[in-house]
Amino acid sequence: MENALQVKDLCAWFGEHQVLKNITMDIRRNSVTSVMGPSGCGKSTFIRCLNRMHDLTPGFRVSGDVLFDGRNIYSEKIDPVLLRRKVGMVFQQPNPFPRMSAFENVAVGLKFNGKKRTRSEMAEVVEKSLRMAALWDELKDHLDRPGTSLSGGQQQRLCIARALAVEPEVLLMDEPCSALDPVSSAKIEELIEDLSDKYTIVVVTHNMQQAGRISDFVAFFLLGDLIELDKAAKIFTNPADKRTEEYITGRFG
Amino acid sequence: METIAYRRRAADKAARALFALSALLVVLPLFLIFFDLLWKGARELKWTLLTDLPHPVGEPGGGIANGILGTLTMAGLAMAGGIPLAVMSGIYLAEYGRGKFAATVRFAVDMLAGVPSIIMGIFGYVLWVLPMKRFSAWAGAAALAMIFIPVVVRTTEEMLRTVPQSVREAALALGIERWKTTLFITVRTATAGIVTGILLAMARIVGETAPLLFTALGNQFWQSGLDQPIAAVPLQIFSYAISPYEDWHDKAWAGAVVLIGMVFLISAGARYFTRVKK
Repeated sequence: MENALQVKDLCAWFGEHQVLKNITMDIRRNSVTSVMGPSGCGKSTFIRCLNRMHDLTPGFRVSGDVLFDGRNIYSEKIDPVLLRRKVGMVFQQPNPFPRMSAFENVAVGLKFNGKKRTRSEMAEVVEKSLRMAALWDELKDHLDRPGTSLSGGQQQRLCIARALAVEPEVLLMDEPCSALDPVSSAKIEELIEDLSDKYTIVVVTHNMQQAGRISDFVAFFLLGDLIELDKAAKIFTNPADKRTEEYITGRFG
Repeated sequence: METIAYRRRAADKAARALFALSALLVVLPLFLIFFDLLWKGARELKWTLLTDLPHPVGEPGGGIANGILGTLTMAGLAMAGGIPLAVMSGIYLAEYGRGKFAATVRFAVDMLAGVPSIIMGIFGYVLWVLPMKRFSAWAGAAALAMIFIPVVVRTTEEMLRTVPQSVREAALALGIERWKTTLFITVRTATAGIVTGILLAMARIVGETAPLLFTALGNQFWQSGLDQPIAAVPLQIFSYAISPYEDWHDKAWAGAVVLIGMVFLISAGARYFTRVKK
């Protein structure tokens, strides 16, 4: 199937306040889709709907369907725990586990997912994940250092390695560079492009240049509505909707 | 301009001196107490204090070894039963406690923590001593546990609340079940704080006298079983202090030094655990 995720008529509420209005969009497999828009447009809420991170938020409610591999993730039969192993997430603030070494941080998802693994199998997965996150060369001699002692950019790549270690199909990234300096951001962007060969990546960003650099597709959100979804080149050169044009030309947002 | 700057700086210095002086006054009693105890207990402060049983009146020497063992026995029992119960309750309040039930529990635990310790003693007497028809280590430990548990419940809850939400989210996003996230990620992150809370609560019950008067009773000899009256350092100090004998008074002072020493060691342990946190 060419779409990893299909969102149909997705609405979301925090209490009485509706934050997403009838979002319908497909997310192409092994591509980078950026979700772009001004603050408060619902973009973070949207990607957190894709791995059911809102399940524990009191007063949160959704309607509509999110199909992952053709099955609605909000159906009774879906276990959100298993879903999240397939749909991983990287957050805005790098959040390595305190009191755990860099190694443990990467290994932790595997350690608790039930299957028994030997030490060498673990070490193998950790190395592979750190290599994919472009962190292995910097970190291979310091794996026992606390994850929180790394630099901000390294912490974020550690978090990416941690998410990759459980072998997800989709990687959701909620403004992964907004807490980082430009050099670290560039490294993460490069990483995103490399990873899109094997993973479906959805990135939230309010940085248009970034969306332009990394995306195959761009979705423009405004006040809970999906205004436009198209190939990145099309959105930035010839948007169909006037509001998209106003946003990308910097007239608001 | 210059006079204003001068006055502002003077006011700043005065305020700072006042705060520092208050802080000094607060810790001064600790040193006064400690040196006073050392001074008055000096005559009886010997190694035998830690190794021997109490001697009869008029006979010099002797110790409070049975009291030390009794205190550790009862504190140990109280903690063995209290830690799992209190920590799990604290986890419930911090991680799951949103509704009315949790609010009620939280309020009740605060009340329990504020109940005067003598009342815990009387309660222990009615609940254990009367039905068993004897004073016992069990009854003493139960009374201590009732003081220990509410303190640990609330510190555990507070410490878990200091763990950022992002830590829980990161774990859940990896597909780790909620109970595993709580137990192996969130609690682990807060372990140093929880252990510190446990040690401070332990320091508190080690020094409690009132709840033991009606439950453990005290004993001049080695304990003969957990269902029998048992000695405790604070009880020993109490009975020495209210006696009419001069040499027993000296022993009360020396016993107090031992008790302060135990509390100091436990508190130092607590400090150590907060230190290694980062």
